[in-house]
Amino acid sequence: MSANDLSRKGSLTLIDVPKILRWGSIYIAQARIRSMLKWKWSIIGESFATPMFYLLSIGIGIGKFVNSHQAAGVDGVKYLTFLAPALLAAACIQGAVGDATFPVLEGFKWQKGFFAMNATPISGKQIANGVLLAAMSRAAFGCVIYYAALYTFGALHGLHTLWLIPVTLFAATSFAVLMMGVCAAIKNDDLFLNMVQRFLIVPLFLFSGTFYSLASMPKFLQIIGWASPLWHATEVGRWISYGHHVSATALVIHFSYMTIMAIIGFTFAHHHFTKRLAK
Amino acid sequence: MSAADSQATPEALILAKGLRKEYGDFTAVDGIDFRVNRSESFGFLGPNGAGKSTTMRIIAATLTRTSGEITILGKDPEISGPEIRAHLGVVPQQDNLDNALTVEDNLYVYGRYFGLSKKFIRNKIEELLAFAQLEEKRSVKVEALSGGMKRRLTIARALVSEPEILMLDEPTTGLDPQARHILWDRLFRLKEQGVTLLITTHYMDEAEQLCDRLMVMDKGKIMAEDSPAGLIKKYSTKEVLEVRFGADRNAQYADQLRGMCERIEVLPDRVLMYSHDCEALLHEVVSKGMHPTTSLVRRSSLEDVFLRLTGRSLVE
Repeated sequence: MSANDLSRKGSLTLIDVPKILRWGSIYIAQARIRSMLKWKWSIIGESFATPMFYLLSIGIGIGKFVNSHQAAGVDGVKYLTFLAPALLAAACIQGAVGDATFPVLEGFKWQKGFFAMNATPISGKQIANGVLLAAMSRAAFGCVIYYAALYTFGALHGLHTLWLIPVTLFAATSFAVLMMGVCAAIKNDDLFLNMVQRFLIVPLFLFSGTFYSLASMPKFLQIIGWASPLWHATEVGRWISYGHHVSATALVIHFSYMTIMAIIGFTFAHHHFTKRLAK
Repeated sequence: MSAADSQATPEALILAKGLRKEYGDFTAVDGIDFRVNRSESFGFLGPNGAGKSTTMRIIAATLTRTSGEITILGKDPEISGPEIRAHLGVVPQQDNLDNALTVEDNLYVYGRYFGLSKKFIRNKIEELLAFAQLEEKRSVKVEALSGGMKRRLTIARALVSEPEILMLDEPTTGLDPQARHILWDRLFRLKEQGVTLLITTHYMDEAEQLCDRLMVMDKGKIMAEDSPAGLIKKYSTKEVLEVRFGADRNAQYADQLRGMCERIEVLPDRVLMYSHDCEALLHEVVSKGMHPTTSLVRRSSLEDVFLRLTGRSLVE
């Protein structure tokens, strides 16, 4: 064999297809994470800086002002305590949506990497699951840091508040997978992410009972809150954190809403990933 | 090798019968039949839009057919997509490497998609970098590579799983002549090693160099199928005389020239005259008082075959 010849056992001997059918999503997630790690310092920096920025400016700055005007606090607690579950959910949802949508445009349109992945035994469904898994891994990392910051600043009390992390990640997953499906379905998507950021994410952030109770807003704006996974996550989060009043029925509705959104999201994303790869 | 062995039917890796793909009213692939045998280098030759890439994507189990039958390694792509794709190495028309990753990481990540062990891939990467002449670029990000290097990396990536069939869609389109020759040399080595190659191209020289057997396609149909030499023998003469009289006079001389050889083709800039002895033909043309501004005697090529079959030039 010359130096440039390749050794050869052949794919028929080397490749275990059932193994790929089982683990394909993990392979995709690993590859995505490998890409993300190229920017690990900016990811780590951002994960620490974002909560600090919000806590110092809004939580403590505006909080001081709010607390001085409302002696009884907001919802019976200090403004920062009221705000904490919402800030956590908002940051986590925003991050997850970004990480679940940007690679979809890149994979289908800009670099067409999804077509390269699909030229292997890996299916469209596995690509979608893998991209989401990577996005949620980063979201989980950010969520833990954010939680630690909130705890350190005294915005959360007691270990039971650790339940905020899975609830927040659940809400983030349900919304991220839905947006990922929408991204796969949209053809002229150059402006899409900007539109999503301006007309969807920011209004959701503002009108989901994040900074003030949803009940204090006009009815037509409350509708935005009801539709938003952020509001559902915030309500459950406040219930976990400081015992904010949520009826048993409301709890069931909050979880059902997020579950249904996740089911629709997965179905939609799997369908459109498969369809777009086969075009 | 015994006489019985040499006459045995070679193993078919791909078999298609009445294969058809429609997009609405447009028929991209129009009921074609073909067969690709193990260790052969099989080419689809045709202009852009002939249906070559569509056929390739159906074989690659990433595009569903409208009707007809096809098996790859004995399996139907619509039932066993992943099982088929496990044994294909695909080099698409446009490179779709991960620009953010290094050369080495691109190979590593792709190997993992085939479920290959980390140790196996690490060893394979060394071989592939040598094969693709990219050893010095191993830690460089893909976005910094030249077009030819990216193409070689895409081919190396397709070989990481040691596929049964290597599929190359327009492998040298957009490359400069030197980069093309390096690539041909690499592909030729693979062919010598017995890797089954499936190539689409609209370059006749590429098809002649690399393919044992060719299928000439136009408008979704097969126009002819044979070895490059067989096609030339069947559809053209041994030699071609190209004469130029000037753009407005080529057509004017056409009738006179037609009677002097087997066949002529009048192109906007020149007239092609088909004969088995073109030197003698050129003498005859001049002796009859026609003085071309330039003349060239050359061997027939696949370009001439395509012109004969479709009435059109291959690269327009």
